[in-house]
Amino acid sequence: MEKVPIVRLRGVTKRFDDVVAVDTLDLDIYEGEFLTLLGPSGCGKTTVLRIIAGFETPDTGEIFMNGDRLTNIPPNKRNVNTVFQSYALFPHMNVFDNIAFGLKMKQCDKKSIQEEVRRAIDIVKLSGLEQRRPFQLSGGQQQRVAMARAIVNKPKVLLLDEPLSALDYRLRQEMQLELKRLHRQLGITFVFVTHDQVEAISMSDRIAVMNEGRIEQIGTPITIYEEPDNMFVARFVGEINVFDGRVKHVENGSAQVDIHGQRFKVQNKKNLFPGQDVTVLLRPEDIMVSPNGNGSGGEGPALSGSVDEVIYKGKTVDLIITLDQGETIFVTQFFNEDQENVVYSQGQRVDVDWLYGWEVVL
Amino acid sequence: MNRTFRYLYLSAIYVCLYLPILILVIYSFNASRYSTNWQGFTLQWYSALFSNTSLMEAFRNSLLVAFSSSVVATVIGTLAALAFYRYRFWGRQIMSSFIYVVMMSPDIVMGISLLMFFIILGVQTGAFTLLLAHITFCLPFVVVTVYARISGFDRNIIDVAKDLGASEMQMFRHIMLPMIIPAIIAGWLLSFTLSLDDVIVSFFTTGPSFEILPLKIYSMVRLGIKPEINALSTVMFFLSLLTVTVSHLVIKENR
Ligand SMILES: Nc1ncnc2c1ncn2[C@@H]1O[C@H](COP(=O)(O)OP(=O)(O)O)[C@@H](O)[C@H]1O
Ligand SMILES: [Mg+2]
Repeated sequence: MEKVPIVRLRGVTKRFDDVVAVDTLDLDIYEGEFLTLLGPSGCGKTTVLRIIAGFETPDTGEIFMNGDRLTNIPPNKRNVNTVFQSYALFPHMNVFDNIAFGLKMKQCDKKSIQEEVRRAIDIVKLSGLEQRRPFQLSGGQQQRVAMARAIVNKPKVLLLDEPLSALDYRLRQEMQLELKRLHRQLGITFVFVTHDQVEAISMSDRIAVMNEGRIEQIGTPITIYEEPDNMFVARFVGEINVFDGRVKHVENGSAQVDIHGQRFKVQNKKNLFPGQDVTVLLRPEDIMVSPNGNGSGGEGPALSGSVDEVIYKGKTVDLIITLDQGETIFVTQFFNEDQENVVYSQGQRVDVDWLYGWEVVL
Repeated sequence: MNRTFRYLYLSAIYVCLYLPILILVIYSFNASRYSTNWQGFTLQWYSALFSNTSLMEAFRNSLLVAFSSSVVATVIGTLAALAFYRYRFWGRQIMSSFIYVVMMSPDIVMGISLLMFFIILGVQTGAFTLLLAHITFCLPFVVVTVYARISGFDRNIIDVAKDLGASEMQMFRHIMLPMIIPAIIAGWLLSFTLSLDDVIVSFFTTGPSFEILPLKIYSMVRLGIKPEINALSTVMFFLSLLTVTVSHLVIKENR
């Protein structure tokens, strides 16, 4: 039996004058998941959230919640709450009243408001700051108030529009963990927006990579990172090396691809045919370097070049290597107990190759 | 050297600003009627002032007009500012520009044009036309003051309120109104003072049956400055000082 999504967007388009912010978008969001909308600035992430929240009405298409049509329901009647990028706390109210606002609008009785607000304050760890005004809080604390103000209403879906982008690096790391904890603890569906791929990969159950109002690929962080469907996704979710090649020979489940005169064996998942031009993609950490420089590699084929730059990063060493054919590639090497000579020097001749199956062929 | 100069400069400015007022206040207690020599302390001009019924009536009229016109202008002006902020409608840009035009246009132009307008409509000039005129020239100041304050807010605040379940009415009552109330008060006080000391527009738009203080003083002064006028001006000065102080406290309280 197919799972019924908690939120479903079907063919949703939203135009602002001549800008198509969201373009015939389909999206299913499932109960309890942590879904991230990832994409560059201006790709329509905020607009998608605002459509789900009800601040924008789609020009075409429909939106459903648990199967019920939601398209023309105003935001104050939707069981969805939003944490805005700017927090947008009510400046004239203290922390307690900010958080209590939603419950007051629902005409809850005083006693249960007290209880619920206290619980929300505990969850976001703001005890003792109830009487403070927003301008007396740090950025991280304001962020927590904005979170508490939303979750106190027990929404079915919590929408978060780049909630961490205004925080500095350390605080952001801390709040990422905090958000994950909240998600587990509350069990509600999170739809999170970010343009930071590291944040998306480390936090999400699923990621929808967006570009120009469309979803390029949706899947788990592992799928998105390791099996990108297209060049945009491949490049957006991390560094990647691109090799142009031509299919020479096709076997059962694998293929031989010619790159700079060397024949590499690659997986054949896409019905490659001989003579086809392909791009072979490799993440920096999937490339292996060996100190030889004559193209012989270890056992199989390899590309030779010389080391341009060695960047020591503590946990890893990054190498920038220029191949003999002129391409520049980026390699990340992890320190390894068994393999001592990962330390290369500038100008050194090297060979690069990779293990069969670690590549992506497009 | 730099420091002393700065203080001297500042003192000079403040002397220019306040010395005339101080002299006026002192002379309002001077026993001499005609000379500018100091003839001893007296309160007689104050008692003369309060027993001058026509002057007191003009004063009451002025207060009445200032109060009612500023209240009406504040209500209409606040609603207009909200509409400009909240809604996108046809002609919004042009309409909001015209607000500034009204604010900038010379009093004399406004006075004459209003007078012509009333004549064309066949309305007898008097208390009612005066009130309408005062509402008209106070209105833009309220709109501008209130609009400046709302447009300083994060627009998302309105969306947040909706998101948290507030209806349009609730959003206005619990979020918008408390945030703009200092600007409303400021706009109202501004209107009140503008209305209270207006001479030119009032000159054209009131009738002989309805006298207000600034016009009355103006006509009295033409026959020479009387000590009662000094006393009256002193009273008005302290009255405006009081309103400014009160408004300051109110706005500060609301921060
Ligand atoms: N209210 C609006 N009026 C006009 N254009 C808008 C509006 N909101 C968004 N846009 C445009 O729609 C596109 C997508 O915007 P947005 O959803 O905010 O992108 P993101 O959140 O991914 O940065 C952008 O080109 C933006 O300029
Ligand atoms: Mg955005």
